[in-house]
Amino acid sequence: MPDATGLELIAQRVRENVGEEAVRDTVFHRRSATLDVAPESVHDVLAYLRDEDEEPWERLMSVHGVDYLPAEPRLGVHYELLSMERTDRLNVRTRVGVDDPRVPTVVDLHPTADFQEREVYDMFGVVFEGHPDLRRILMPEDYEGFPQRRDFPIGGEPVIYTFNEPKLPRWYD
Amino acid sequence: MKAQQLLRGELEDADLEREVEQRLLFTKFEEAQNWARKNALFPLGFGLACCAIEMITVIGSPRNDLSRFGAEVIRFSPRQADLLILSGRVSIKMAPIIRRLYEQMLEPKWVIAMGACSSTAGMFNNYAVVQGADKFLPVDVYVPGCPPRPEALIYGIMKLQDEISGDPAMGWRERYRAEGTEERPDDGVDVA
Repeated sequence: MPDATGLELIAQRVRENVGEEAVRDTVFHRRSATLDVAPESVHDVLAYLRDEDEEPWERLMSVHGVDYLPAEPRLGVHYELLSMERTDRLNVRTRVGVDDPRVPTVVDLHPTADFQEREVYDMFGVVFEGHPDLRRILMPEDYEGFPQRRDFPIGGEPVIYTFNEPKLPRWYD
Repeated sequence: MKAQQLLRGELEDADLEREVEQRLLFTKFEEAQNWARKNALFPLGFGLACCAIEMITVIGSPRNDLSRFGAEVIRFSPRQADLLILSGRVSIKMAPIIRRLYEQMLEPKWVIAMGACSSTAGMFNNYAVVQGADKFLPVDVYVPGCPPRPEALIYGIMKLQDEISGDPAMGWRERYRAEGTEERPDDGVDVA
């Protein structure tokens, strides 16, 4: 990971080249450097970091979705970048509200993001604008709701133990 | 030599009586048929999750040697198989596919729910897993365990064999009250 100073330098370069509004915050926590960017400039930031930065981050290792309930804005998308040359990692994350979660896709930059963005869409409902084939990937196609959101009911059936048997009399009927 | 003479009609009286008594076994046709069925179970080559590894060990390995009980020939086409072993958790996306495989199998057919997950969803009490495969399939034998010991699955298969030697057509139909749903009713009409 870049150290705290290196992270600030990266953030400075991104601000100069992509836009002052692109980087909202930098977080350096437990030797892990995170660049907090605005959702609309995700694609521009990743394109800059891949192609133009003096320390290029050429590889996207994974895309994650997060639900930060009850914090606002609720949903987060994390991009984990790797430089094989410097064996170094950088996290880029963005936060979107739950009402209209839209993030530009990065499939044109990193083709590996294809399935991972579909999974984030499947589980959290984040819409990746410009994605070539944004469908559910794990859940059935007619499934309703986004099951990894924290306000989604966990599903299944109540299990009878001795302590809750009086509360659930003959639930199986 | 005796058999040859018997077939040629050279044996007579007491010799013939004794020979018939020793050489022939009388039974009902259905019982002979069920005896053949139970000793020639063809499981479908179909695994769902981690229990599949255990199922392969039971069915395929010489250590457990399921051929002792006549059920080791795995068929990879559901049209040739008559035993479906649900080995692993059944996700709701997989359920229609399993149902379709089951419907492609020819009657008589049997289902074993192997392990806690396919019997009751086990630890996966959540949005993604069917809470017990008997929600969409008639299940004949449930084998508990996570995963079951090989002996447990063999015991389950032997239990199924007991059921088959009793009345194969009514195995699950009795429990699920599905009499009359046989694809080929076993009433002796026009079997040929």
